[in-house]
Amino acid sequence: MEPKGIYDILSKTFSSKIKQFLENTFPPTIIVESSAIVDVCKFLKNEEGLNFTSLMCLSGVDLKDQGKMAVVYHLFSITHRHKIALKVEIDRNEPHVPTVEGVWATANWYEREAYDLFGIIFDGHSDLRRILMPDDWEGYPMRKDYVYPKKYHTWDV
Amino acid sequence: MTELINEIITRLANAAPIIRLLVVIAIIIVSSVIVLAVALLYEGLATYAERKVAGDIQARIGPNRVGPYGLLQFVADGVKLLLKEDIIPFYADKWLFIIAPYIVFTASFAAFVPLSYSEHIYIANLNVGVLYILAISSVVSMAILMGAWGSNNKWSLFGGMRAVAQIVSYEIPTVLSLLAAIIIPASLNMRDIIAYQSGGLGIFRWLIFNNPFTFFAFFIYFIASIAEVNRTPFDIPEAESEIVAGYHTEYTGMRFAFFFMAEYGDMFVVSALATTLFLGGWQIPFIGNIVMPVWLKDILEVAVFFGKVFLLIYIMMWIRWTLPRLRVDQLMELCWKYLTPFAFFNLIGASVWVLLLHGKGVYDIITGLFVH
Amino acid sequence: MVNVDERFMEVSMGPQHPSTHGVLRLLVRTDGEVLTAARPYIGYLHRALEKIAERVTYPQFTPFTDRLDYLASMNCNLAYAMTVEKLLNIEIPRRAQIIRVIMAELNRISSHLIAFGSFSSDMGAFTPFLFGIREREFINDLFEMTCGSRLTYNYIRIGGVSKDLPEGFIDKAKEFLDYFPGKLKEYNELLSYNAIFIKRLANIAVITPEDALDYGVTGPNLRASGIKWDLRREEPYLIYNELDFDIPIGRGEMGTIGDAWDRYMMRIYEMEQSTKIVKQCLDMLAPGDYTAKVPKVLKPPAGEVYVRAENPRGELGFYLISDGSTKPYRLKIRAPSFANLSILPKLAKGVMIADLIAIIGSLDIILPEIDR
Repeated sequence: MEPKGIYDILSKTFSSKIKQFLENTFPPTIIVESSAIVDVCKFLKNEEGLNFTSLMCLSGVDLKDQGKMAVVYHLFSITHRHKIALKVEIDRNEPHVPTVEGVWATANWYEREAYDLFGIIFDGHSDLRRILMPDDWEGYPMRKDYVYPKKYHTWDV
Repeated sequence: MTELINEIITRLANAAPIIRLLVVIAIIIVSSVIVLAVALLYEGLATYAERKVAGDIQARIGPNRVGPYGLLQFVADGVKLLLKEDIIPFYADKWLFIIAPYIVFTASFAAFVPLSYSEHIYIANLNVGVLYILAISSVVSMAILMGAWGSNNKWSLFGGMRAVAQIVSYEIPTVLSLLAAIIIPASLNMRDIIAYQSGGLGIFRWLIFNNPFTFFAFFIYFIASIAEVNRTPFDIPEAESEIVAGYHTEYTGMRFAFFFMAEYGDMFVVSALATTLFLGGWQIPFIGNIVMPVWLKDILEVAVFFGKVFLLIYIMMWIRWTLPRLRVDQLMELCWKYLTPFAFFNLIGASVWVLLLHGKGVYDIITGLFVH
Repeated sequence: MVNVDERFMEVSMGPQHPSTHGVLRLLVRTDGEVLTAARPYIGYLHRALEKIAERVTYPQFTPFTDRLDYLASMNCNLAYAMTVEKLLNIEIPRRAQIIRVIMAELNRISSHLIAFGSFSSDMGAFTPFLFGIREREFINDLFEMTCGSRLTYNYIRIGGVSKDLPEGFIDKAKEFLDYFPGKLKEYNELLSYNAIFIKRLANIAVITPEDALDYGVTGPNLRASGIKWDLRREEPYLIYNELDFDIPIGRGEMGTIGDAWDRYMMRIYEMEQSTKIVKQCLDMLAPGDYTAKVPKVLKPPAGEVYVRAENPRGELGFYLISDGSTKPYRLKIRAPSFANLSILPKLAKGVMIADLIAIIGSLDIILPEIDR
C-alpha cells in the first residue's frame, strides 16, 4: 500500500490524533499525537491490509532548537511489504510517551535505550532502566546540551 | 649384578631391626622416586604429544620451537607454571584448596604401582592389583570435589558436582566390563592375567579375542574409562567454554599443573588396565619362542607394553579433538540407560560362556578341533 | 545480611567468559543445572558511536562503521554508504556495485566461518574452528590485496569503493571459490551431521515465526524459523536482482523448525549461496569507474532516511537525520544483534546451562554492534 493510502486510513480512524504527513523522508513519516501512539500502533499491527508485523527501529531524537524531543518508529510489514515511519513529538523538559511494548516485544529494549540516552520516560514500561550506560550514571548522554562529567565515582573521566 | 644387590640388601636387612626398617624405607623411597620420575616424564611428554596430535588434526603444526621438534616444550611449560603467582582466593577454604591437587596427583600416581611392565619389571605384585587400581582411582573424584568446594566459586562447584556425578556413575560400566574379562583368568593379579594370555602366537590368546562378550566389554570399558578420565566427549567437569574451567578455575601455577598432570596419569592408568586385561599386556605378538637374552626380551616387552598403552592414549586424544561434548544429562543417560545394561548383560553372557566352555576362548576351541 | 533465596543459585556468567562472544554479562538463576531465568546486561563495550557521529563529518564516520561488527566490516560500511548515498541521491557506477557485492559476500562467508567455528568450539569440538580460520586466511589475503587490511577494511566508501581491484584478484578469488565447497562438505561430515552435535542442538530454543517477528529477530535466525525473508531478494540493492541465488530456510530437518540446529545450518547453506554469488559477480566484472564523483566537502540536503542492508547477522539499519551541514544531526544505528539478543530471556527458561551456551552461539551475536 502506498504511504499516502496508509495516512488516509489513519486520518479517517484517528482524525485529530494524526498531525501531519511528511512525504520527503524515506520512508514517509506520519506525525502522531503522543497520547494516541499505542492505539495507532495496535491498529497498524492488527488491521487487515496494513499488518505492520515488525518494528524495525525505535529511535529517540533531540530537537533542542524546537524545544522538543521526538521518538521515531520505523514500521514494516512482512506480508504486504510496505514501510512507514511514525513520529511522536514531546516536550523536551517533561518527555513522556506511552510504551508500545505490548504491541511489539522488541520495543522493550529500544525504549530502554531511548530512556538511557535521552531521558525519555516510557509510561507503562515493564522494566525501564539503563541499558548501555552504567546503572548509576547521571545525565542523558545523547542530548544536545549534555555536559561531559569530569569524574565518575573517583575516576577522572 | 642383581645377585650382588640382593646379597647386600639381605645382609643389611638381617643385621638389626632398625637397619631393616631403614632398608625398607630406602627401597620404598628409591622405587617411588623412579616411578615418579617416569610418571612425570611421561606426563610432560603427554602434554607435548597432545599438542602435536591436536595440531595435526587441526591442520597446523603444534609446538616446534623449544628444543628439537619442540620436544622441550613441556620443560618450558613446567618452568613457567612454577614461576606463576600463587593465588589463593580470599574466602577459599585454605586447607581443602591446597590439599586437593596433591591428593588427585597422589591417587593418579599411586595407581602406577601394581602395573607390570614386562615379565621381570614390576613395582609391586599385588594380589588384588585390579581392585587396588579401581579403588585408588576413585579417590580422584573425592579430591576433585574438595578442590571445587574449597575454591569458593560457584563455577567450580558446578564443575565439581558434575565431576563427581560423572565419575561415580561411570565406575559401574567400568567394573562390569572389566569383570567380563577377569572371570576368565579368575584372578585379580595383573601378572597372572598377563601370564594367562601367553601363547597363541602372542596375539590370539588376548582376552579381547577370547569370546564375543569380552570383545564388547573392551569397547564398553574404553568408553567408560574416557568418562572416568574427564576427556571429551565427557569433559563437562572442565568444560572450558561453559563454566570457564570448572573445578580448576581458581587454581594457578603448579597447583593447576598437578590437576593437569593427574589427568594424563589417569589416562595412562586406564589405558594400561585395558592393555593388561584385554590386549595381552606385555605379550609380544608373533615372536613365538625365538631365543633371546632375557634383558633384550624385557626391553622388547616394555616397548610393546608402552606401545599398546600409547596407542590407546592416542585414540583418546584423537577422539578429544574430533567430537563435541555431551550435555550432562545426556551423559548420565548414556551411562545409566545404555552402557550399564549393556555391560550387565554382557557380563551375564560372558559368565554363561565361561560356565559352559570352562573358560576356553575361541582360539582354544579352534586349536582344540585340530588337535583331536 | 543479604536475603538469600536458598533454592536458587544466582551466578554471573561473564563479562569475561570464554563463550559469550564478547563482553556480555548474563545473570543466570539456576535450580541445580536447570535455568529459571537469564538476564543479559550489556553496555560494557559502549563507545558512544552515535554521539561521535554528530561530531565528525560523513566520510570521517566510515571507519567507525567498521568497528560496529568487525567480522562483517564490509557489510557495515556498505549499509552506511548506502544510507548517505540515498540522501545524496547519486548513482553508483556499475563496476563499483559489482565490487561491493563481491566484497560483501566474501565478508559474509568469513563472518559465517567464525560463527560456525566459535559455535563448534563452544560445543566442545575444537577442530572446526581452526578449519574455519584456515579458510578465512584465503579471504583475508584477498582483502589485504585490495585494501591493505585484514579485519577492518574502510573500503566501501560513500560513492563507491576506495580503490580498484588489484591485478590477480579475480584469479585468486576464483581459486578460492573452487577450493571452498569441498571444505563445506568436510564441515558437514565432521560436525553438522555428527550424532552428538545433533543431540545437543535439536529441539533446543525453538523460535516460532511469530516470536521472531515480534522480537525483531532478523537474518539467518529469522530464516531458520521458516520465514523466507532476505533483503537481498525482497528489497534488492546494488545488483542483487540480477543474480541467481537461493534463500535457504529452516525445515526442521533434525527436530523442530527454528531450533538451534536449524539456525546453525542456515549459516552453512548461506556460505554455499555466497560462493555462487561471488562466482557470478566475478564473471560480470567489466572495466569502469570504481567510484562516483563525490564532492570533497560532503553536504547532503536536509532530510531523514532509514536504509537497511542484509548483514550476516541480520538487518543493519541506519536512521540518518541530516540538517544540511557536513555532520549528521542524528545517526541511529539499528544493530541486528541488539534485537537478536533481546529474545534470549524468553528462550532461556527451563534449559540447562550447557544449552544456554548453545543458544547464544546459535543466535550469533556480536557485542560491539549491540553496545555501539
